[in-house]
Amino acid sequence: MKKFLAFALSIGLGVMIILALNSNEFFPSMGEADLSERISNSFLNRSVLGSAQDVIFGETEVTEGGPANMITAIVADYRSFDTLGEITVLFVSSLGVALLLGATKQKRLDLNFKPNFMLKVGSRALFAIILMTGIYVTIHGHLTPGGGFPGGTMIASSILLLYLADDTFRTQVKGFKILESVAGSLYIVIGLIGLFAADYFLVNFIDNGIVGTLFSAGIIPIVYVLIGLKVRSEISGVIDNFLTEEETV
Amino acid sequence: MLINIVEIVISVLLVGLAFLALSGKSMIRSVMFLSLLSMLSVISFVLMQAPDVAVTEAVIGSGLVTSLFVFTILAKKKAGAKE
Amino acid sequence: MLQYAAIFMMMIGLYGILTNKNVIKIIISLNILEIGLNIFIISVGYVKDGIAPILTGATPAGSIFVDPLPQALVLTAIVIGVGTTALGLSLAKKMYQKYGTYNLDEMGEQ
Repeated sequence: MKKFLAFALSIGLGVMIILALNSNEFFPSMGEADLSERISNSFLNRSVLGSAQDVIFGETEVTEGGPANMITAIVADYRSFDTLGEITVLFVSSLGVALLLGATKQKRLDLNFKPNFMLKVGSRALFAIILMTGIYVTIHGHLTPGGGFPGGTMIASSILLLYLADDTFRTQVKGFKILESVAGSLYIVIGLIGLFAADYFLVNFIDNGIVGTLFSAGIIPIVYVLIGLKVRSEISGVIDNFLTEEETV
Repeated sequence: MLINIVEIVISVLLVGLAFLALSGKSMIRSVMFLSLLSMLSVISFVLMQAPDVAVTEAVIGSGLVTSLFVFTILAKKKAGAKE
Repeated sequence: MLQYAAIFMMMIGLYGILTNKNVIKIIISLNILEIGLNIFIISVGYVKDGIAPILTGATPAGSIFVDPLPQALVLTAIVIGVGTTALGLSLAKKMYQKYGTYNLDEMGEQ
């Protein structure tokens, strides 16, 4: 009886979405979206506040929406408040994992395999390559696809590689906790400086350079580096909590 | 023409793998099918011209979520081997 | 064609949450639901013959771009999905330490 009700419910959800898809009020058919009647048109032309100029790579000096990557401009400049909410959600989930699985004295989980000596030494070379890639993707977030979130996760997965290849490795958890809180508070401090120096909370108060160079786009690279540090510390803490157990002496 | 064939093949594979991931009794097989599903969704993000989302999903889906699942299931085998 | 596959994946994920007895399979079905949802949201903003919304030195003037607003929303949603999965798995580990099984029926009898 329960299975039949669940089946009917999921079929009802599917029928509802397909009916809304086929009527032309909510969704146009795939690929035929007309961008001139959506709000994304003013995001693409950098004219949200009313300025009208042609944006050419390497030449124009824009007054708003500095970076060449438009998704970075939306995530960290136009809709920066949503990014603040996402950082809060990550912080609360990392706090929950540490509360559930943490203990005062901990030792490494004792599994049934012993890694080889060559694996322990050879994985250090791979760790350096992944670290360099992660730092490059984080810093060039406003010119190439990427940014703070994938860059921070790449650095955290290099630490996961060290955990898997070595039997007695543990990161310094205390240093990462202090780094994470400092990075999170600096983000809010930058927003408050924007409130007092200019008009709104989290406004871009350094002026944008020419589109396409490394030192353009105001405070957005600084914000992305802070987000990358915070994401990396949180995910390292989660991995460390999953692989240790309480020391029963 | 080539894009259409790739699109149809990926759609069929997505639905088939989602079916296979939920049936069966072994837990570790479902985790492997979930990891394959993540990689296929990265290909469909690239087909729809979204490089930012593709990079984020590739790093998270392959490295983090699969290893978290495996670390949870490993405790069952360890307790089973001791007793 | 991709839109119908994404809707089908959402239906399979919802059915899996409602009728599974193993705790880990419930979390796997939640992940399948989220993957289907992300593909559907990005497919709403796709324009035919559009290019990715990044300005480089090689884009011709006056080219058509793809809609960038759904991609920014999906970027947030992927990271939140990771946080939810991590918290759910740590709860499952604690349940295994207390009851000794991953099956919901056997847990209710003790």
